[in-house]
Formats: sequence, structure tokens, C-alpha cells
Amino acid sequence: MTAPSLTPAAAAVASPAVPVLTADDVSLQYTTRERMVTATWRVSFKVYPGDRFVLLGPSGCGKSSLLKSVAGFLPPVEGRIRLNGRDIKGPGPDRMMVFQEFDQLLPWKSVFENVAYPMRVNSRFPRAEIEERVRGYLDKIGLTRFADAHPHTLSGGMKQRVAIARAMAMEPEVLLMDEPFAALDALTRRTMQAELLRLWEDTRFTILFVTHSIEEALIVGTRILVLSPHPGQVRAELDATGLGFDSVATPRFAELQARIEDMLFAGRPGHTAEAH
Amino acid sequence: MTNASVILPAGDPPPRPDYERKVEAAEAIGDIARKLTWRERLLQNALFRRVVILVVLGLVWQVYATILDNELMLPKLSVTLVALWDAFVHGTLLERTLFSLEILLIGYAIGVVLAAALVSVSATTQVGNDLLSTLTAMFNPLPAIALLPLALLWFGLGMGSIVFVIVHSVLWAVALNTHSGFQSVSETMRMAGQTFGLKGLRYIFGILVPAALPAIVSGLKIGWAFAWRTLIAAELVFGASSRSGGLGWFIFENRVALETPYVFAGLLTVILIGLAIESLVFRTLETHTLRKWGMQR
Repeated sequence: MTAPSLTPAAAAVASPAVPVLTADDVSLQYTTRERMVTATWRVSFKVYPGDRFVLLGPSGCGKSSLLKSVAGFLPPVEGRIRLNGRDIKGPGPDRMMVFQEFDQLLPWKSVFENVAYPMRVNSRFPRAEIEERVRGYLDKIGLTRFADAHPHTLSGGMKQRVAIARAMAMEPEVLLMDEPFAALDALTRRTMQAELLRLWEDTRFTILFVTHSIEEALIVGTRILVLSPHPGQVRAELDATGLGFDSVATPRFAELQARIEDMLFAGRPGHTAEAH
Repeated sequence: MTNASVILPAGDPPPRPDYERKVEAAEAIGDIARKLTWRERLLQNALFRRVVILVVLGLVWQVYATILDNELMLPKLSVTLVALWDAFVHGTLLERTLFSLEILLIGYAIGVVLAAALVSVSATTQVGNDLLSTLTAMFNPLPAIALLPLALLWFGLGMGSIVFVIVHSVLWAVALNTHSGFQSVSETMRMAGQTFGLKGLRYIFGILVPAALPAIVSGLKIGWAFAWRTLIAAELVFGASSRSGGLGWFIFENRVALETPYVFAGLLTVILIGLAIESLVFRTLETHTLRKWGMQR
């Protein structure tokens, strides 16, 4: 397939020196029935076009809340999140999201229609182009044969592939991924990580990726924002450019991994200097 | 003391050699997939299984009625079927049935439309949500037939009153089911829909309605059953007063005349229509939606 043509919206942010997404001192709180919980405390970061930006932290560090806030579901109580300089007001197709759960696909639509649906309800792409775009993205993820299948007949990995294709086909400013591979088995997860990197090499889209796995962060990410637990605060922002599956055994990989482990687990039982 | 220590191994497990082997080609194994035989296919067929059940029930009826041998209490199935045929061809049963169906469909349609409007409001606003919860809690337990005297006062004798009580019996059942269906739509699916940019009615009909369809269909089924019950009951109570009665009135007439086979013929008509609607309308709907989408087995 030919590379999808750049839309005016995407062309406007092509300059790699200007951040596409900025979070300034973002504090997030949510209320449950009994209490109010502070999820993050004054978190700032900048995502540049083409970044594979990873939010990494233990559970309870507010990384998913942060992603939901970027998606527009959770307004910050303090600070601002801006996409291309504009404040985020609510959810929208310029920030498509891939969730961890498999039920993000609509069971009443075929694989083809699932990918086509967001394009059909938005005027981002001309009607005539939709079919060709869907075919192109199904081809990219290798599910052309399953275009007419319904989601319940697919395996977990295939469902996540469809969700990724659906999000990518919209050419969002930032592709949000909330632990997209966490519910998959280890073998499938590895395949999917490799596939995501291959897709990224193809189109160089911007990803904001949430994970609690240090290994996944190092393989998938080019920038890693390490968050401390409860409430989430920025502990470090690290460069992980050039790390992939080939570099798992390299000293640089091991060193970064040890450094992050130290930040996250220092002073916890079970973590001693001799451990690595 | 626990007895777990009893099953702990005494030493290390024995060392065993590694081995590798080639797997057989699939053709060499034989039957991996084959066509089902006609018997297996027949047992897979839901229609066939249901017909068998109906035949068995019919036989039980026939045998028991023969033993009882009292046509006034329980006529045989064969006698009932003859009466059914006679009433349809020579009698008033067809006319009565059509009259009942007409009222039923009018009441059902109004009830479903009102329920849709109410639930749509409740899905988009908090006030609507509270309103619906309160209204269903208040009116759902209220038997439709208890409203009949009031309906007669407001709408007079005739169709209006019956339609009113049918709407009452359909509305709350459908609304309650649809509402709880909407509430059980997963957060992920809601968020997915919202990231596509869906809002308002497009969001309701694009995400909530299809996602809640299992609950909506079961609400429609319950509503249909409630509508029938209410209709027959209402006609039994005052069907005589309206110009031309329906099925309930047919049953009442024949009971008074002690024509028990015809009473049974009337009841059987209700049952047959119920079976037909279930297998033609609802089953078709389910096959083309819920089963195809994997939301129902």
C-alpha cells in the first residue's frame, strides 16, 4: 500500500522541534464513594513528534490517570495539558487510545467496520478514501483475511492488533496506549511489541505509552518518564533511543534497567545491592 | 498439625534424559475435522428439539385427558384442536384474534417508543437518570389491571382504556431492562466511543444501544408477555362492554357457555401466537445480532 497522505492537521505539527503535547505541573485527583485520591502531583513532561514516550511506574503511581487526562476523560485539578498549544477540553479523535481490555472493539461490527467506524463518524478523511485506508492498515497488521470476521472470533493478540490499526488509521496527533499488551500472554506480547516497533518505523507516529514493565519500557520507548508511587511524581526522564530486542543483553540495557529498578524499589524489602 | 508433610517427596526427583521428536503430519492423524452425520445435525437443530418437546407435551395432555375422561374439566387435545379449527373457520375466533392483536400492537408500540424516549433522557442527564429510577421503582410493581378502573374513568369504555393499561405494563418493563443494560456497558467501551468523538444521540445509538442489546431484547420479550397478559385480563374483565371483544372476551363467552374445548382453543391461540412471535421475530432478531456478534451463546 502507498503511505497514507498527510492530512493538513498532521502536516502542521511535522516540525520535530516543537512539542506536540505538553503537561505543566499536572495534579490529578479523583473521588471515589468514600475518599478523594490524589493520583499525580505536579507532573510535567513534553512529548515531541515521533517520540515513543513511555510513562513508567509501579501500580498506583497515576500513570493511567495521566493518560486518561491526556485523553480528555479526567480534567487536571491543577496545571494544564496542551496539545499543539491548545488546552485539552474532552475526548476526541486527535488522541485515539488503545486500551488494555479486549472489549474496546465493538462486537457488533466486523473487523473492517471496527477500523472504519471512527473515520465514518468524523470528517477527518474523505468518504471515498476510507475503504482504501482500512484495507491498507489491515494489511499492515496482517489481518486482511479476517476483515469480515467479528471480534469474538479473534484471539487476544489479534483483537489488540485491530485496536492498534483502528487508532493508527485515524492518524492521531498522539497515539495513547494504556498497557495495551498487559492482558496478553508472554509470547504474544513479545510479538506485539516487535510489531508496534515495525509499524512505528513505517510511519513514525507519536506514541504515549503506559506500562509497569521496565523491560517493555526500554524496548518500546525512546523516552521514559519514571514516576514514583502514590501520588505520582516525576522521578526521572531517561533516554532509551536505539534500544530494542537486539539490545536486551547489552550493558547499556542492563545498566538502564538497574538504574530504574533502583529508583522504583530502593529501600524496599527484597531489593538489595547484591541483587544485581 | 497438618497432614501436608505426608505428601512431601523424600528426595530430589529422578534425573531424566532430554529428548526431541518430529511431529506427525496432520494427514497421517486422520479425522481432525469431518462433516456431522444427519443425526448429529438434527440434534444441533434448536427448532427440531423444540418441536419434539411440543409433541411430547401434547401427548401427555392427550393421554391424561383420555384417562380423566371429563370434557368439562379438561378436553382432549384432539377435541381442542377440532374446536380451534371450527372456531377459526366457522366461528368468531379469527376476528377476535385480529382485534386483540391490533390493540396489542398499538399499545406495545406506544410503550416501546415512550420507554426509548425516557431511557435516552436518562442516559444523557443525571436528572433523567434519577427520574427513570424513581418512576420505574414506583410504577413497575403496580399491576396494570389495577389501573383499569381509573382508565375506564379517564378514557371511557373501549379501546383507549385497554391501550392505556397495555402501555403501562410494557413501558416500565422495557425501560427498566434497557436502563440496566445501558448501565452495564463497560467503561472501556464508553471511553472508546467517546474518543471517536461520539456525543448525544449518536453516542446512544452508536455505542450504548448495540452494547446493551441483550438486555434490550430481553426487555422487549418481557414487555411483549406483559402486554398479552394485561390485554387478556382486561378483556376478561370488561371485554363485553366494548363493541367487539377480543380473545379474552372469546374465552369469557365460552366459559360462561360451559364450552370448555373452546375456552382451551382460545388459550391455545394465545400460546400459538406467543410461540410464533418468539420463534419468528425474537429468535430471528437474536440470530442476526446477538449470536452473530458473540454476545449470546
